[in-house]
Order: sequence, then C-alpha cells, then structure tokens
Amino acid sequence: MIEQVIQLEKVNKWYDDFHVLKDIDLSVEKGQRIVICGPSGSGKSTMIRCINRLEAHQEGKIVVHGTELTNDLKNIDLIRKNVGMVFQQFNLFPHLSVLDNITLAPIWVKKMPKQEAEEIAMAYLEKVKIPEQAEKFPGQLSGGQQQRVAIARSLAMNPDIMLFDEPTSALDPEMIKEVLDVMVQLADEGMTMLVVTHEMGFAKTVADQMIFMDEGRIVEQAKPDVFFDQPKSDRTKLFLSQILNH
Amino acid sequence: MRSLALNDLSHNKYYNWIVRNFFSTWLNTSLTIIALIFLYKIGTFFLDWAIFSADFKLNFQGQVITDRTMCSKNIAPGEYGACWTIIYARFDQFMYGLYPAEETWRVNLSFFLLPFAIIGFLFDKLPLRKYFIFFTFIYPFIAYFLLYGGPNLTIVETNKWGGLLVTLFLGVTGIGLAFPLSIALALGRRSNMPIIKSICVIFIEFIRGVPLITLLFTANVMLPLFLPEGVNPDNLLRALVAVTLFQSAYMAEAIRGGLQAIPRGQIEAAQSLGLTYWQTTRKIVLPQALKIAIPPIVNTCIGLFKDTSLVLIIGLFDLLGIGKAALADMTWTKLYYEVYVFIALVFFIFCFGMSRYSLYLEKKLKTDNS
Repeated sequence: MIEQVIQLEKVNKWYDDFHVLKDIDLSVEKGQRIVICGPSGSGKSTMIRCINRLEAHQEGKIVVHGTELTNDLKNIDLIRKNVGMVFQQFNLFPHLSVLDNITLAPIWVKKMPKQEAEEIAMAYLEKVKIPEQAEKFPGQLSGGQQQRVAIARSLAMNPDIMLFDEPTSALDPEMIKEVLDVMVQLADEGMTMLVVTHEMGFAKTVADQMIFMDEGRIVEQAKPDVFFDQPKSDRTKLFLSQILNH
Repeated sequence: MRSLALNDLSHNKYYNWIVRNFFSTWLNTSLTIIALIFLYKIGTFFLDWAIFSADFKLNFQGQVITDRTMCSKNIAPGEYGACWTIIYARFDQFMYGLYPAEETWRVNLSFFLLPFAIIGFLFDKLPLRKYFIFFTFIYPFIAYFLLYGGPNLTIVETNKWGGLLVTLFLGVTGIGLAFPLSIALALGRRSNMPIIKSICVIFIEFIRGVPLITLLFTANVMLPLFLPEGVNPDNLLRALVAVTLFQSAYMAEAIRGGLQAIPRGQIEAAQSLGLTYWQTTRKIVLPQALKIAIPPIVNTCIGLFKDTSLVLIIGLFDLLGIGKAALADMTWTKLYYEVYVFIALVFFIFCFGMSRYSLYLEKKLKTDNS
C-alpha cells in the first residue's frame, strides 16, 4: 500500500491582494522525490513553506502525516519535528558553533541528553563529510560547507520529509556539487524530498516527479523523462528552453 | 656609524608608524607640534594643580588643615593648587551620606561584595560560575539586610543614606531591574498580540517622552496617591521606581534595535527545527540581538548612572548632592574645583569601566572572521 505523507487540496494563499497560490493540489507518497521548478515569483517557495507552516495558507487543506495544518500550535510543532527544511541562505545560527547548531534542536525539542545529541551530530557531520569543522563557527566556513551543516542540522532531528528551498542558489558554482552530492546520497537512502531548484541535472538524476509552477499554479506535473522530452504546456517548454540552453 | 643608526631607525616599525601618522607632510607636522605643546601645557598645569602644588592634609607651612582659610592657596593666592583636605574631611559623607558612623562597616561590606555579585553575570568563562550566579541572585537580599537592617542589625532609614551609596544603589539596582523589564518590553513591542503590543508601545513612548526630572517629581508626589492609604514608600524607593522605569524604556528601544537586525531566516530556521517561540527567543534571537545591542545598551547604562545625580532635586543626597552640601558648609565653602573634580573622577571611573567592559564583550562575542 502506498503511504500518502503530504496532501494539499485546493490550497489558496494571498499576500494582501496578491494571489500567490491558486488551487494547489498535490500529493506526495513516502519516499517520493519531487523537484519543483518555475520562474521566480511563481509561488514554488511559498508552497513548500506552507508545508511546515512557515507561511499560513488561507483556503484549502494541507495534511502532513495525517495531521492537518491549522492554527493549532500543537499540530504545527508536531509537523515541524518531522519535516526538515534547508534554506537558500543556509540560516545557520552564527553565534553557535557548528556542533551546537546541530545539537540545539535535539537537546531542546527532543530533550535528548547532550552527549547523545553530540554523537548524533558528529555522525551527521561525517555523513556530509565535514566532521573536522565541528568546533568552528558558521562564519568561518565556505558557503558549500555551511549548506552541508544546514542539511546535517535538519537531519539530526531525524525527519521523515525534507524540504529544500533553492539550496544551491546562493552558492558559488564550484560548491554546488558538494551540496548536490549530499542530496543525491539522501535520495538514495529513500528520504521523502521536495526540492525547489533549477539544477536540472540533479532533477534528472533523482526526481521521480517533476512539477512546473507559474503564476501560483501547478502548470505541469510529470515523470522526469516525460517532463523533459515531451512537455505539454507551452510555458513549460519556454521555461525549459531558457534554463537548459544557456 | 651614524648612517648605520639611521638605517636601523627607518626599519623600526614604531618609528615608521609615527612618521607616517604624525609627520607625513608639513601641515601634519605643524599640527602635531601644536597639539603636543597644547597637551603639554594642559597636562603640566593640571598635574601641578592636582598633585605637585596641592595640599593634602598639611599646608605649605606644615600645619594640619582644619578649615578653608588654612589652605595654601588661600594663604598665598596664586601660588598653590588644589586643597584636597575637604575630600579627606568629608570622605565619609561622600561615601555614605549621613549613615551612622558606627554602622558604616555594613556599607563597606556591601560595596566589597558587589563585585562578587556582578562578576558571574559579566564573565561566562569564570571558574565556579554557577556559584557566582547564585550569589548574584542572593546579593540583593544580603545587601538589603546589610544596608537597611533587620534582625540583629539596627535599622538605618534610607533618608540617612547618601553619597556614593545612593549613587551606586540607584545605578546598580536601576540597571539590574530595568534589564529584564526592558527585554520584556522590547519583545512585547514586536509581539503579534495587539493588546500586549500597544501596552508596550504606550509605556515606552510615554516614558521616553518625559524628562527624568518629571518622572522623579511624579514618583515623589504622585506615587503615594495611587497606593492605598498608610502605604508610604520612602523617597529613595520612589526615586528607584522612576529611575527603573526610565531606564527600562530606553534600554527596551536599544534592544529592539538589536531584535530588528536579526534576519527573518534565523527565526524561520529555528521554527522549522521545531523550537517553540520561547526557545527561539531565548536560544537564537536574544543572544544575537543583545550582542548587536551592546553598545547602545551600555550607552543607556552610562547615561542612567550619571542621571542618578538628578535625584538631588527630590531631596536625596547622592554623590553630587553630598558635594554640594559640603560646599555649603562654611568651614569648606568655595572649594568648588576640588569637590567637582573629585566627583567627576568617581563618576568617570564607573562609566569608563562600563565602557571598557562593553568593548571587551564586543570583542569576545565576535564569531566571524571579518
């Protein structure tokens, strides 16, 4: 039986008069890897930010792991514990060391003993291949290293779902690969992932569902081979030609 | 040999630095020389006045000074400097006000313990810090017991307190109480809850829009009107309330400046990890915001410490008030310079200390490479 982990039904959202999400329907199965692309302002970041309630939607229904997202803070806390997020700007905590960045949430949210949290943190730092940076502060690391720490920080909460909001857009070209490698590894391990990115190479390697968004709507949703070879909508074709042929 | 020496000199980094910064052009050189002459004149004049030509306990004839007419400068006008005897003669008043002489050990003990109460709060790497922090929290009770009295200690009413004791009491307690209050106000002002937000905005704007003197008068005259009959807080407590409220409004704005500088992404990252509002505030937002706000916070603390001298107008004798009282005494009158220089020096020591501590803290908390 296929397990639905995320469901969006007729989700609508406005910023004042600006209609940013229009009737979004989406369902994500456990272990699925969905890559979302689209021009800027198309609502793709907003959509994934609604899934862990960094943004509130006004209409429709969002259900994560069977829990509906409402204003109920208990539900929000429950969902955030199980949904990790990686941001474009890393958003590491600059006043804490790399190790403290990672152990913070396990210690305070999961009430884990410090020593256990640190062991887990070191394991994840091994996984993203920078255990030697544990004692440094974020400001002393390169962008690629910071983003890998951010991924380790999310993983340390042992989430079932990972959201990536343009994780490589703020990186210098030579650092993109080290971050994508970690994400590919994660995908291979069966993590459920929603990734907003323009890295089409990455999308082709790991995605099992592609979504193209424009002006607040999901314009096209297909398997990668269909999506890249025979896109149906003209807007998707135009967008793909622009980002693939530069 | 001579050219060798010059050669050595030009490799000396101090020599080069001096040449580069002070003697690089003719204009620079002449400005440097003028400034040096000016500093020399002022410096020697002051040192001569304050130390070399000054009276301490004896005048130039070797007599013990007992009143102003025996000061060297009053015996031989124009030839001698300061007459510091007034400070010696009135030292106890400068420190304790009218605190009974046989009880001043209690004030001394409080002064002596004060650094131990503050140190744990100021330095996070201190050995045995948690004991010092514990002491920080019990110190107010110890100090209250020591200064005011209680079981086994004679009660000393606060109208007998004065001098540095009042200045430090108002400064330290005012800052100490205002700090948590100002954090609450700053957070409240950014709250999403309209009632809390408006209470904080009104409070801050009202207090900031009123001079401290007005607040002191208000506290002095109006506080008893709001309290039930029979409850009659003493003047010092009224002043403390006014000073604390005043300080908390200013400090809240300094902290709000720090809060505003925290990128939205920091809070989002904390939320996405499942931290609650209070965890996010305590672990992520406040440590960064307070660090950014250190200079303006210390600025308001220094300002408040000096502003405590305004309590003079509601009849409390702080350091400055005691100074004025000393000058009003016919035995010592007209020794203005000595008294004001001494008071200025005491204020300067405390304010300069705060300023240096803030620099130390900024340096210590710097975690990036820039």
